[in-house]
Amino acid sequence: MPKDGGIGASSKRREDVRFLTGNGNYTDDINKRGQAHVFFLRSDVAHGVLKSVDTAAAAAMDGVVQIFTGADFEAIGGMPCGWQVTDKNGEVMQEPKHPVLAHGKVRHVGEPIAAVVADTLAQARDAAEAIVVEIDDLPAVINMKNAVKEGATKVHDDLTSNLCYDWALGAENKDAVDAAFKNAAHVTTLELVNNRLVANPMEPRVALGDYNRSDDQHTLYTTSQNPHVIRLLMGAFVLGIPEHKLRVVAPDVGGGFGTKIFHYQEEAFCTFAAKACNRPVKWTSSRSEAFISDAHGRDHVSKIELALDADNNFTALRTDTYANMGAYLSTFAPSVPTWLHGILMAGNYKTPVIYVNVKAVFTNTVPVDAYRGAGRPEATYQLERLVDKAAHELKVDPIALRRQNFITEFPYATPVAVEYDTGDYVATMDKLEEISDLAGFAARRKASEAKGKLRGFGVNCYIEACGIAPSNLVGQLGARAGLYESATVRVNATGGLVVMTGSHSHGQGHETSFAQVVAEMIGIDENMIEIVHGDTSKVPMGMGTYGSRSIAVGGSAMVRATEKIIAKAKKIASHLLEASESDIELKDGAFSVAGTDKSVAWGDVTLAAYVPHNYPLEDIEPGLEETAFYDPSNFTYPSGAYACEVELDPETGQVTIERFSAADDFGNIINPMIVTGQVHGGLAQGIGQALLENCVYDDEGQLLSASYMDYAMPRASDLPMYDVDHSCQTPCTHNPLGVKGCGEAGAIGSPPSVVNAVLDAMRSGGHDIGHIDMPVSPSRVWAAMQKS
Amino acid sequence: MYNFDVEMPSTVADAVKAMARDEAQPMSGGQTLIPTLKARLAAPSVLVSLTGIDEMKGVCMDDAGRLCIGGATTHARVAAEAAAHYPALASLAARIGDPAVRNRGTIGGSIANNDPSACYPAGALGSGATITTNKREIAADDYFQGMFETALEEGEIVTEVKFPVPTAAHYEKFLQPASRFPLVAAYVAKFGDGVRVAITGASNNGVFRWGEAEAALGANFAADAVAGLAVDATDMISDLHGTAEYRAHLIGVMTKRAVAAIS
Amino acid sequence: MAQVKMTVNGKTASGEVEGRTLLAQFLRDDQGLTGTHVGCDTSQCGACVVHVNGEAVKSCTMLAVEANGATVDTIEGQANADGSLNVIQQAFQDHHGLQCGFCTPGMVMSASALLKENPKPTEAEVRHYLDGNICRCTGYHNIVKAIMAASGQDVSAIAAE
Repeated sequence: MPKDGGIGASSKRREDVRFLTGNGNYTDDINKRGQAHVFFLRSDVAHGVLKSVDTAAAAAMDGVVQIFTGADFEAIGGMPCGWQVTDKNGEVMQEPKHPVLAHGKVRHVGEPIAAVVADTLAQARDAAEAIVVEIDDLPAVINMKNAVKEGATKVHDDLTSNLCYDWALGAENKDAVDAAFKNAAHVTTLELVNNRLVANPMEPRVALGDYNRSDDQHTLYTTSQNPHVIRLLMGAFVLGIPEHKLRVVAPDVGGGFGTKIFHYQEEAFCTFAAKACNRPVKWTSSRSEAFISDAHGRDHVSKIELALDADNNFTALRTDTYANMGAYLSTFAPSVPTWLHGILMAGNYKTPVIYVNVKAVFTNTVPVDAYRGAGRPEATYQLERLVDKAAHELKVDPIALRRQNFITEFPYATPVAVEYDTGDYVATMDKLEEISDLAGFAARRKASEAKGKLRGFGVNCYIEACGIAPSNLVGQLGARAGLYESATVRVNATGGLVVMTGSHSHGQGHETSFAQVVAEMIGIDENMIEIVHGDTSKVPMGMGTYGSRSIAVGGSAMVRATEKIIAKAKKIASHLLEASESDIELKDGAFSVAGTDKSVAWGDVTLAAYVPHNYPLEDIEPGLEETAFYDPSNFTYPSGAYACEVELDPETGQVTIERFSAADDFGNIINPMIVTGQVHGGLAQGIGQALLENCVYDDEGQLLSASYMDYAMPRASDLPMYDVDHSCQTPCTHNPLGVKGCGEAGAIGSPPSVVNAVLDAMRSGGHDIGHIDMPVSPSRVWAAMQKS
Repeated sequence: MYNFDVEMPSTVADAVKAMARDEAQPMSGGQTLIPTLKARLAAPSVLVSLTGIDEMKGVCMDDAGRLCIGGATTHARVAAEAAAHYPALASLAARIGDPAVRNRGTIGGSIANNDPSACYPAGALGSGATITTNKREIAADDYFQGMFETALEEGEIVTEVKFPVPTAAHYEKFLQPASRFPLVAAYVAKFGDGVRVAITGASNNGVFRWGEAEAALGANFAADAVAGLAVDATDMISDLHGTAEYRAHLIGVMTKRAVAAIS
Repeated sequence: MAQVKMTVNGKTASGEVEGRTLLAQFLRDDQGLTGTHVGCDTSQCGACVVHVNGEAVKSCTMLAVEANGATVDTIEGQANADGSLNVIQQAFQDHHGLQCGFCTPGMVMSASALLKENPKPTEAEVRHYLDGNICRCTGYHNIVKAIMAASGQDVSAIAAE
């Protein structure tokens, strides 16, 4: 029987009511009295020397309040990077300056050069057109491999080259890896591209800066996944505003997918300009602006090799990846191809030695940073394409080859620096074979062939490291921030309570699922619990939501705080019941004395805490409010197996997804409905990457896919109904809920199976092409079939 | 958008008068023009909205058996009202853009813009339609003159399009996955005295008639008749979504499928 | 500037607008009806869909002056008279047809237009109808399911949680 409340129940989402009635409160819905609007004049060339910016004519135009250029920010800090990677020789990465407004040079199309503040947005834009900008064009650095060649044009003149870092993982195994390849019975090699993507949350970014002269308080309303991180980075590193004078609010946020983690220039500008202009200053991104100013994702070029022995056991893995950083280091960019990518290269397999090499490269493109999955999709894609290719070269069943090499004993220490606590890869593969009806595939292929179509079946496994993560570990790895989470539980006198969480919900349904956890722990109705997030003036210092960390880290902090509440409430109850504290039991919202019928209700205890007439004041303080900070001891390791079934029209190259099945192990689950929805959304983004989405620059650094006219967003008609199962559950061993996180799995796990399925379909039509790069567009499929 | 005045005439005569103003630009449904204005790629001083002109709206049959569609008639209305008279054209209209776009976008706007990837130009050219303006009648063969180029003169407004109704026709379209405009689409119309084949989405010169296919189908109206025909890729569009060679190939496939659908 | 007057969700709404003012801007900025969202500038995402004289249109691709005298319905006017969710809204909540909520107003308005035109759409018809509404969160599965459920069809066979 499904539960109707608490942990494990598919409670309907309470936040839906406001979203469904048009009563959401998104950043762009907020307007302040007297607010001005800013329009950013952005570079339309990819690379050039900024000779002059003449704002005189523009400044005289109607409605213009003030115009800012790079010179206005010279005395102010630049945009900080939150992660410092140390390269394979022990040297720290090259870290360029990142100005709020371009200074000296422009380095990508879309870089802000000037900011026009005016009474209306239209006036600001009109005036921006009157600014005269003189730029001496320089050759654009676009191709990563060319960018690191001797004598290449430099994106940053003050750096030694365009190489940000040359990083390695498993250097101590390098000789063993090379030896294994020498002795291998078979080596499979694959070169592939992980296509650049644009996250495209449906809500474009917005920033509204406000300044109150009476108390010297700055407020920034922004579309962020982590308002405290913005407060710290912007306050401490950019504008020099102490935290107690700076409030950052991220209200309802319309999707993030990673790209709203980062601190952006527009946020710093609006906060700065609100004081400088003495008016609230608002920026609302258009979608066209988003394409050239939101951090992009992925963009790796990799060569990967697998060594196998005569019995098809994996003996070694070697990778060589070029990772695009874009023109500047976005907030967490350096961590994505390294510590979020290299440590996943073992995947689900007991490969004994692995060597990972990543070269991060500056180019004249929009900065690249985390996008749903962040590094882990890139690792999974390489590995799962490679294993599939190996199976076909060896003429063995791809599922059997995977099963043969699965890790089966836990905990398992990989050769790439992490230890998986739990998992059952055989169980998820068994489940996948069942829900994907692998047994019925042959008949379905026949039916497709009867219509003149090809049909293919592709699988992949995935492992991810999420719930990031222990602060002391990430500190060693270069993070300039802690990765704990916080929660305050404030119980009110009449028994209702408010949870103030450092996690941020931008579609994940925390207001519902977090309430379910606390309701279960105390035994009260979910409706007595309010979840508050997204406002630094209300919530203790938190780290926000990304890396599928909310329930695993933020939820754990909330559990810890609730445990403190329960402990104190038991003390109060024991006083009221005149019983020993150790005899007090909490069940269904009432405290009772074990073995008796004496009990006191939750509401009586909470009232006593705030009306402490009959209260152990000598032992405990009045009030019932507790805060906890939770720092996990390890990542969590969700895993699973996915299958994609495609139909391919050999005349046009068009691929359609006929079935998609996902068998995931997320450990324990709070709200199955929400978890399923998270997987659905991740799958759509992974399938989007595999079939449709592609962010492309030309050689001059112009973005060719700069709007929805050319960047193919997945539509309803591109996608199937999904079969999603998460009944395989190996609970996480190191957090109190036993949860692993589910937000990114779909996006991480789906691209390889799509491509594997397309290649399977092509093989069935006599076209054994070995590999095809994403997106597997009709044009590419058709061209590949012409050649084979 | 730059600012502009908006005129809302209720008759063609008033629209023509309004169009005489400096830097005036007619706007029908605005589904292409408004995004263009947002990008500041056009700067009219006056927008003359044609959506309030009742005499330019509607679908009917004339005495010559032609399907006549007012220039300001929305795609949704054509989809509904032309179905009984000319189902292939109604089906084309029913597949333009998306439902909300079809409730605003009009045939006159589409024909006047002549986007190289638009649907209606293929329907009009493929049917051998006559484009009526406030000044004259123009045969489709003379009207479409290249990418975004038409025979329209400054201030001239498409008031009506008249379609001869073929014995059979079909519009086969392959979508560009982002914009959902045709990557390549073929409109095949079979008349008593011959076959017309119009191709959109493919050529740098905009919509065009595929003469070889028309000849082959005129002799033998069967999908196999076009199977061996190759299209020269020289003038085809090459972009992110497909090479010139791919588009040339799709012309054959879409034409073949259109023929198969009606033979 | 031009004077416009229309009926929005049954009430008179009037104001002074520029020629270039979009209907979406008029609703959001002049009328404070911020439930209508703007997610793109090329008329594709559909977050701004409202009904004008009963027909679904993209309010970011229509001038406010063109809606002068019209009857406009937005997401704010969709709930039942007692404030409870209407059948479509309730189905979206029941079947988890929304996550971040940003595309949701447009989805609900499009769904309502679809069901008026086609009271029992098939899955394929629903998907096709949503070509002009982009959702980045849900992968559409639960949106399609919600719309079919709102039409009174049994969706229990469609995989769920």
